[in-house]
Amino acid sequence: MSADSTTFRSAPARTAYRLPTLSPEANKNVLSLLRLIIIFLIAGAAISSRLFAVVRHESIIHEFDPWFNFRATKVLTTDGFYRFWNWFDATAWYPLGRAAGGTAYPGLMVTSGAIYNLFHSLNIPVDIRNICVLLAPAFSGLTAWATYMFTAAMKDDAAGLLAAVFIGIAPGYISRSVAGSYDNEAIAIFLLMMTFYLWIKALKDGSALWGVATALFYFYMVAAWGGYVFITNMIPLHALVLILMGRFSSRLYVSYSSFYALGTLASMQVPFVGFQPVRTSEHMAALGVFGLLQLVAFVELIRSHVPSKQFKLLLVGFVILVATLAFGALIALTYAGYVAPWTGRFYSLWDTAYAKKHIPIIASVSEHQPPAWPAFFFDLEMLIFLFPVGIFLLFKELRDEHVFVIIYAVMASYFAGVMVRLMLTLTPVVCVSAAIAMSTLLQTYLDPKEPTPLVASGANPDSDGDGQGVTKNTRSRKGAVAAMVETTAATTTGSSDSELSRPTSPQFSAKHFSSSWFGIFGLDSRFFVTIYSLLLLLVFVLHCTFVTSTAYSSPSVVLASRNADGSQHIIDDFREAYYWLRSNTPSDAKVMSWWDYGYQISGMADRPTLVDNNTWNNTHIATVGKAMCSPEEKSYPILRQHDVDYVLIIFGGLLGFSGDDINKYLWMIRIAQGVWPDEVKEADYFTARGEYKVDDGASKAMKQSLMYKMSYHRFNDLFGGRPGMDRVRQSQGPTKSPELDYLDEAFTSENWIVRIYQVKKPDALGRDLPGVKGFDGGKRRKRAVGLPPVAVASAAGRKK
Amino acid sequence: MPPKASKAPSSAAAKSRSSAASSASSSSSSPLSTLYNSYVDNTPKRLKVVDAFLVFLMLSGIIQFVYCALITNFPFNSFIAGFASTVGQFVLAASLRIQANTQNRQTFPKVSPERAFGDFLFGSVILHFFVFNFLG
Repeated sequence: MSADSTTFRSAPARTAYRLPTLSPEANKNVLSLLRLIIIFLIAGAAISSRLFAVVRHESIIHEFDPWFNFRATKVLTTDGFYRFWNWFDATAWYPLGRAAGGTAYPGLMVTSGAIYNLFHSLNIPVDIRNICVLLAPAFSGLTAWATYMFTAAMKDDAAGLLAAVFIGIAPGYISRSVAGSYDNEAIAIFLLMMTFYLWIKALKDGSALWGVATALFYFYMVAAWGGYVFITNMIPLHALVLILMGRFSSRLYVSYSSFYALGTLASMQVPFVGFQPVRTSEHMAALGVFGLLQLVAFVELIRSHVPSKQFKLLLVGFVILVATLAFGALIALTYAGYVAPWTGRFYSLWDTAYAKKHIPIIASVSEHQPPAWPAFFFDLEMLIFLFPVGIFLLFKELRDEHVFVIIYAVMASYFAGVMVRLMLTLTPVVCVSAAIAMSTLLQTYLDPKEPTPLVASGANPDSDGDGQGVTKNTRSRKGAVAAMVETTAATTTGSSDSELSRPTSPQFSAKHFSSSWFGIFGLDSRFFVTIYSLLLLLVFVLHCTFVTSTAYSSPSVVLASRNADGSQHIIDDFREAYYWLRSNTPSDAKVMSWWDYGYQISGMADRPTLVDNNTWNNTHIATVGKAMCSPEEKSYPILRQHDVDYVLIIFGGLLGFSGDDINKYLWMIRIAQGVWPDEVKEADYFTARGEYKVDDGASKAMKQSLMYKMSYHRFNDLFGGRPGMDRVRQSQGPTKSPELDYLDEAFTSENWIVRIYQVKKPDALGRDLPGVKGFDGGKRRKRAVGLPPVAVASAAGRKK
Repeated sequence: MPPKASKAPSSAAAKSRSSAASSASSSSSSPLSTLYNSYVDNTPKRLKVVDAFLVFLMLSGIIQFVYCALITNFPFNSFIAGFASTVGQFVLAASLRIQANTQNRQTFPKVSPERAFGDFLFGSVILHFFVFNFLG
């Protein structure tokens, strides 16, 4: 640093404050030490801010989907890898079963299985549950590191560290990666950022090695998450835009071709993906760009060998012709059926009304709704308004890799605007872009160099110094700045690799935004802007911690509420009911419930279920929906046909738990209506005035339906026989509690959240079940008058 | 093109002659013959070897594809594996050719020809691992 600081002192330009003088080695060492410490602290913050749920409650798996992942991981660790790979789960989708090994993304389970085996080989006997619970926080630390590398490749280490801080604590990412959220996204975002980083690195160096590394991480990503399609389309889009911008280079050819050729073959090794990369429309963009690149590279080679101008023009025409023909062929193949069209789940991202009209099961998931504006501010706070600034700055200095971030930002913003769930893929790019904006701001205002007066400076403000090149001077100045502030530490080493390939590539720095007309004079303006930025950053930390603590750290398995004195009251009805099932029913008792609870029942109660959260068979789900919304006498044959022993429903009317089955009821009706439009009609469940009512004014179909009867059965007993108050619907329940003829109440949890009914066996004497019930209740049917006295006596004996 | 590789002149004199010839022929003969002459004259021997390998891979891939299209694609994974091995190897070899080409030196400041060959080997090993895993 001594050389640099002498530069500052000997330069005619004034500086706003003195810089510490260090030797270049000492400077470098201090910076790398600071960098290391900062990254470790970020990883620590990322991990510890995800532990609210574990500290407050206990170390358990949350939500629904993670229960399947957890169960699969247990299979992997107890039975071994090959058994897991060929695992046929006979307890799910009861009559059908599920080939789970081939219909799940195995990356998550294999990762935690590997960690489990590693710990056990080191004689650290950690329970597999704890590994599963804490996997997401651990990987969030790695995500912060990958984001640091990615952003450092975009700008410099200072921006990289800021981006790592942002992604470490941004609620948009925390929401899917708190401890206990053992979902695919837990490792997928790390893999996403790592793949993108390696792609950028491969593109910059034009190295096949990094292209292959990209392909390997892409393979890992494919094995981990269905969102790999995003990468499959982002990287080709980047390559295509580069070609269209006239930025084709041999580096692009080498990196993209090696990535695609290996990555595609590798992705096909995952059984769930299979031949999709060559057969479906989602993957055709990658193939098309691959072909286009071969063509362009070939033509470039020929162009270098022929001098004729006409011939070169002919070659360009050739490329355009072949590309058009290939595109036409792709369309023809799609229409002919050789290439599968977009699946509904992806198609609904383009045609946003599609799912609601045609596939109610996709529209029924709350995560698939478009978010409201506050969601963006809630999840990203100030990052959301720094985000466009960063994109603007990237546009100002448009390097090849900046194009990638810009495309990523545009695509991810659109997708997050369509679907709440995709806020997750938006968060990384928002962090990257906001970090670039924030670090540019800080670097501009922490730069101690005073603008030189117009007369003295001349055209180039950098031509002072003692003969150093422009880049060197810029870099050293930034190095000096970085030493002053810990957040903007270290620029000199990390950005060197980008500057090797393009030695005169401009960096973001004060000189681009301040000519000698404009500039930052004195300490006061520097001070105000810096303090203000620091304040923003601190408020961001507060906001993130607050949101994480209040909104995203509640395990959905236990419900927490507060008593009047502030003490915590835990409502643990779900586990109570699941453990009742586990310990009081035969191990092959089939449980029917709505698909939301399928994974939890098989995970916690360990009983076979009819449908679960893997909604691969819509008809089967519609069957369950039909059984739930039909009158008892129509449901009973369905239940008997599917060997159902128990029916489990969620009822929140007593406690005000809004996510109960009566609120999901309309979706059951809609899904059943999609398959049996003649037998189930949504309009029947509304009153004549079109209201969805549960009290005495409810429609006839509603009152007779199995779900309604099961929900309000004996409800009035709680209120001393008076009509009960349903605290979710904010209305009274039925005046007279419905009676069930074909089912028996088997279990109701403490707060009536989970109610389990047992399906009665057919009567041994062949009578219909309502008749038997009436008989037991002392009501005689007319036909039964002439029965011999023995039967009456035995029935009476059975009663007492 | 590949059979002519042995005849390629490599001395500086030949190069100057070829450049003179190409500039002369650009106006008179067809662009295709210009292209051919320019390729034969200006391409180093090593790159021609790589080109021969590329042509071989291309032919192999075409034969496989024609077999698949005309006769059967029955073990589809085997077809994919075989075809992907030729495509992948082609792409890796083409990358090697580009990176080892001295004319592209300023495009690849961080990749020397030796490094390019190392990358090629690494990529090929990984590729063939996946190919053999997928053959089934």
